[in-house]
Amino acid sequence: MTGLIAKKLGMTQIFDDRGNVVPVTVLDFSECYVLDLREEENDGYNAVRLCYGNVKAKRLNRPILGVFKKIFGDKDFYPARFVLELRTKGSVDFKPGEKVDAEKLFQIGEKVDVIGKTKGRGFTGVMKRWNFSGGPSSHGSMFKRRPGSIGQTTDPGRVWKGKKMAGHYGNERVTIHNLEVMKIDKDREVILLKGSVPGPAGSFVVIRKAKRRKL
Amino acid sequence: MTYQKVKEIEKEYAKKEIPEFGPGDTVKVYMRITELKEDVKSRKLVEKTRIQPFEGVVMRRKGGGISETFTVRKITQGVGIEKTFPLHSPLIEKIEVRRKGKVRRAKLYYLRGKTGKAARVKQRKTN
Repeated sequence: MTGLIAKKLGMTQIFDDRGNVVPVTVLDFSECYVLDLREEENDGYNAVRLCYGNVKAKRLNRPILGVFKKIFGDKDFYPARFVLELRTKGSVDFKPGEKVDAEKLFQIGEKVDVIGKTKGRGFTGVMKRWNFSGGPSSHGSMFKRRPGSIGQTTDPGRVWKGKKMAGHYGNERVTIHNLEVMKIDKDREVILLKGSVPGPAGSFVVIRKAKRRKL
Repeated sequence: MTYQKVKEIEKEYAKKEIPEFGPGDTVKVYMRITELKEDVKSRKLVEKTRIQPFEGVVMRRKGGGISETFTVRKITQGVGIEKTFPLHSPLIEKIEVRRKGKVRRAKLYYLRGKTGKAARVKQRKTN
């Protein structure tokens, strides 16, 4: 298995063993479970389904409730807030219903990737979304945060596809590569990664082993 | 909102005992410094740690929690030197409060333009 689901708790700083200040993101994996496995014979591919975050059983729909009942038994709450599949190669040393322990997956100093959704910013102008410089803000300026020209004249007579304009910004899936594992706290069930990860505190992210690791 | 677990981790890294001091106080900070030095016998570079004291007037305290810092200012050979330390840094061996100062503001930036007699801070008398 190559990853787990975690909840972003926020950022802080710690001191490493040389006394340097290291900015870290605290990620909680206390509610991450293996739901079930996809296997080559039955499904045509190998994967593991992970789930995270308690939800009241009566809030779930029948098909998903059936899966959870089969694996976790009759309960009032199931960790079904966030379910996703991770492709695996070869054998998986976790069983369905088992809690995922970050210590088994990652070591301190290892590089990991974090996949999450960035903070949604709604409909934003070009200055925020694309870092356009805008115009002067004073001295009678009537060109404060506008994009300027968006094209040429009769030739080509249209706006190029992919032109950077105002629109929806944020709330998109982003992968941050090669973050260093600083610490794994077993008692509190949190993992500390160096640097920032996408999304607000309280959002769900996937931590997986680094894919583009430099050797 | 800060989650409880984040606060607990911060507490783990925070120092338990820090002397009470604020802007205007004169403190002596003992900082552990690691540097590469040539060993006399083997002629190789080895890491050596030593303690470097820095004494001056606390100009400000900034931030809170684990990220709190303080700035100490002193004048050496006519040149003002300011050093900012992370309050909870493990490299700080000891902070000694030498003298309490009587000041009326939280950030003593006005000290920057002053030298000699004008740069003094009145002593606060404590019972």
